[in-house]
Amino acid sequence: MVDRLLGRPHAEGKPESPTAEVWAHVQQARNLKRPHTLELVKVMADEFIELHGDRLFGDDSAIVAGLARIDGRRIVVIGFQKGQDTEENIRRNFGLPHPEGYRKAMRIMEMAERFAMPVLTFVDVQGAFPGAAAEERGIAEAIARSVGLMSRLRTPIVVVITGEGGSGGALGLAVGDVVLALENSIYSVISPEGCAAILWRSAEQSAQAAVAMKVTAAEQLEFGIVDAVIPEPGEGAHTDPAETARRIRGVVIEHLDSLGRLSVDDLVEARFKRYRAYGPYTVADRPSAPVERPGIAHRLRGLISTRRSMPRFTRTPRTGPSGREEV
Amino acid sequence: MPVRLPFRPRRDAYPPDLWTKCPSCAEMLFNKQLDKSLRVCPHCGHHFRIPAKVRIAHLVDSGSFMERDADLQPVDALGFVDLKPYPDRLVAAQLSTGLRDAAVWGTATIGGRPVSLCVMDFGFIGGSMGSVVGEKVARAGEAAIAERIPLIIVSSSGGARMQEGTYALMQLAKTMAIVERVKAASVPYLSVLADPTTGGVFASFAVVGDVNIAEPNALIRFAGDRVSAGTISEELPPGYARAEFWFSHGFVDRIVARAHLRDEIIALLGFLIAPPLNGIGEPIAAGAFKPRSFLSALTGALSGDGSPDSRNGESNGSRGEAPRG
Repeated sequence: MVDRLLGRPHAEGKPESPTAEVWAHVQQARNLKRPHTLELVKVMADEFIELHGDRLFGDDSAIVAGLARIDGRRIVVIGFQKGQDTEENIRRNFGLPHPEGYRKAMRIMEMAERFAMPVLTFVDVQGAFPGAAAEERGIAEAIARSVGLMSRLRTPIVVVITGEGGSGGALGLAVGDVVLALENSIYSVISPEGCAAILWRSAEQSAQAAVAMKVTAAEQLEFGIVDAVIPEPGEGAHTDPAETARRIRGVVIEHLDSLGRLSVDDLVEARFKRYRAYGPYTVADRPSAPVERPGIAHRLRGLISTRRSMPRFTRTPRTGPSGREEV
Repeated sequence: MPVRLPFRPRRDAYPPDLWTKCPSCAEMLFNKQLDKSLRVCPHCGHHFRIPAKVRIAHLVDSGSFMERDADLQPVDALGFVDLKPYPDRLVAAQLSTGLRDAAVWGTATIGGRPVSLCVMDFGFIGGSMGSVVGEKVARAGEAAIAERIPLIIVSSSGGARMQEGTYALMQLAKTMAIVERVKAASVPYLSVLADPTTGGVFASFAVVGDVNIAEPNALIRFAGDRVSAGTISEELPPGYARAEFWFSHGFVDRIVARAHLRDEIIALLGFLIAPPLNGIGEPIAAGAFKPRSFLSALTGALSGDGSPDSRNGESNGSRGEAPRG
């Protein structure tokens, strides 16, 4: 698939395994030369003024935000900013944001609401910075509040996933009326490495974890998490950043137009309903029997009742301790 | 079918029904006594993790809990297989906990006041939040808004459930959207953070309560060890990301020992619930004061000591004193 996307002829006599294909997709999403927020805005906007600081502690250069004029419209642009070389990456903490980044984003989103400017966000982040500095200043609180604010912000929000959409760190800027994704981007609940470290207890199974989590933009489109996939030029966004930006610009303007026709009340209600509805579940026919302590009698009873009440599971149910996961 | 028969005890294992070894002070604890102390070690104050149903029994007025949506059943939308298939993990967890997923919600009264209560169960796949847990939190919040009763969520979770992929991630947005509505409706929301509250649960509804209450020494953290391992190599100080750490960093209002949690909630609700209004929009004076004195009496009767400093977060927070209150 990657070969096809990149316009390469398929490697002869050596067809790629599906796992290798997905892993190549992940690597593509992480390509250092992919355009990030500032590179995209430079092409997309006629005018851009970057704003800085969260008014509480500092300015996080892993998240950039500012006022932009695109096709004559005043909008607010907020996005993650990885560096394109080592020096810039060090300055931008390799694009791993601290709480200040999300708090800056919230401050500017509230401003966008007050001045009736739509918000456009670019998502490309492996995850929030997992170190002690971010933790103790409340990265969890910053992400939670940012997600909450975006779920009720009274102005249109268009989200574009341009590279990695990694877990809560990405979601902190990825709640919107329309969620678009570049063709080679990924979106996942945890990085493939993190998932492999927890479920497989070995980071070497990252590719397998990426397959299991169905991280590619196309798969996320099927799940309805992403609304549309924007094709990338040539062999990927990194080969022609300007053309990538122009393609994003066209689609974004289209969506800003259609969102602009809705009343703010309808817009916010539709956004709420969208996120309220996510997540499949079924209703079982009868509640399971309570088990206080699993002794043998309970286990046998449990096994019998499991077969009756859960015919969905065709595999033989196994007893034993369940894995404990954390994200 | 590999049914593990309990005839051959594991090495070093005491009969599971009699004794528990405290992981903190290594004291051997008689289980009946441990249950009596709400599963808090009487020697060192270590708070054991407790199942959702036990937690509910500790908190609510006896017999008042009406569980709702107990029949919600998770589905394997991704066809997820790691070392074993997700449906197998679900069945194993359902057998060992007697729950369908990692959260229980319903309505109850606490100190005579109706509340909407959602409690997470760490024993079910690490209390992880998939679509069903998110749905139950959401429904608890919606009931709180509809009936104008306080929302109380007790978190104990490893975070989002990876086996449900981005659907699990979307539960952060779903629950936060509901919490925002709870707040907009001026309905009180108390968040209780029990050991452990980590990952996506900490980074969504658990951290944004009107009042955040943590159990002593509870692990509360966004990035888990295994997540940050390899990404960041930092030496972490002892006590890092425990309840007391969050208290000193300003993210937790109060650290409350399990024995005082019910009283604490009753006292807080006494403040957060506005007294009923009379026809002309003024508080009914008698109605506003009567429940307070009634509650104070009840509080005193239940806890056995009515001294005001028993509600002092800092003294309750120290682990040595916790179980003796």
